[in-house]
Amino acid sequence: MNGQLNWFKGGLLLGAAFLFAVALVKPIGVSTQFVIADGIIWNLFSDTIVQENPESKTGYSSPNAYLGKSDGAYAENIANPLNYSFVFVLAMIAGAFVSSRLGGPKPNTEDRKAPQVWRQRFGEDPLARYITVFFAGVLVLFGARLAGGCTSGHMMSGMMQTSLSGYLFALGAFAAAVPAAILLYKRN
Amino acid sequence: MNIILAIILGIFFGFALQRAGANNPQNIINMLRLKDLHLMKTIFFAIGISSTLLFLLMAFGIIDSGHLSVKSSYIGVIVGGALLGLGFAIAGYCPGTSLTALADGRKDAFFFVGGGLLGALLYTLVYGSIKETWLFDKVAGGKVMLATGSEIFEPLLPMIPGTLLAVAIGIVFMLIAWKLPEKI
Repeated sequence: MNGQLNWFKGGLLLGAAFLFAVALVKPIGVSTQFVIADGIIWNLFSDTIVQENPESKTGYSSPNAYLGKSDGAYAENIANPLNYSFVFVLAMIAGAFVSSRLGGPKPNTEDRKAPQVWRQRFGEDPLARYITVFFAGVLVLFGARLAGGCTSGHMMSGMMQTSLSGYLFALGAFAAAVPAAILLYKRN
Repeated sequence: MNIILAIILGIFFGFALQRAGANNPQNIINMLRLKDLHLMKTIFFAIGISSTLLFLLMAFGIIDSGHLSVKSSYIGVIVGGALLGLGFAIAGYCPGTSLTALADGRKDAFFFVGGGLLGALLYTLVYGSIKETWLFDKVAGGKVMLATGSEIFEPLLPMIPGTLLAVAIGIVFMLIAWKLPEKI
């Protein structure tokens, strides 16, 4: 597609993003912020889901076991949405927008509904794509949270640090994804 | 200060994903069905070069090894990875690229992100009842890395100098990136 970098330049740019992040702050991760976003919405409607708690190390706790784990680390970020990791993920969207405006690859109207490979296999009706992709999103984020990270945090950041977890994650992800993609979309 | 860095680094990462073509589910699906390995080459090269430079710069004391953050290894990493892999193959999006694809105006990405918020919520609700199960049995001691180089995380291969090991792995990754065929 027009505007897309070749593997060398694209890899250099992406590698630089991961290196700068760990050099200046900490390794990049994304999927936790889906939990934080849920928590921020939940917290709008509930007085109890995030509580100030002087006995917790972060000063926050939650009756929910997940939001309360690690001394309320997630609860703290939910109570303070302007934290590093959440703002980082919002800024990613802005960065992609800037790239798109400054000559990056641009999908056409049809590609914006479904990629060509989907349309060739399953037809032009975008509704089928939207429904399927919604459930794929459920699966991906449930899996990412069970794994404790996603492609960014586990695979890229993890393998960059020679973390064993990055290798385990990549093994599980590609062992499922490659046969699934071939079965679903065929090779030709 | 931290928030300014979050904005700068986040914009840089989103820019890089968009420019590398990772936002495009066509590229992801074609990589996973082993048709077009362009993104695979990009990923191998990105990991290889960043890992090599990270360990060299840590050895020279330019990057603080205290910034490393190694995640725990447990059975759920593989199981969760496989669940993610399934959805990844179906949709052609992962959590990061679905968000940056919103900026491309991709409508299917909105549905993916909506599903993602639901999936993360479901996990938040079930975590309390699965946290004591075998899914969280540690593998090789949990928070471990292959190479030495951190004072916090245990190395799996302490007999090999960490910088040497990491740089060797990094170079192999870059060679794989270079040698993999683009189209098959």
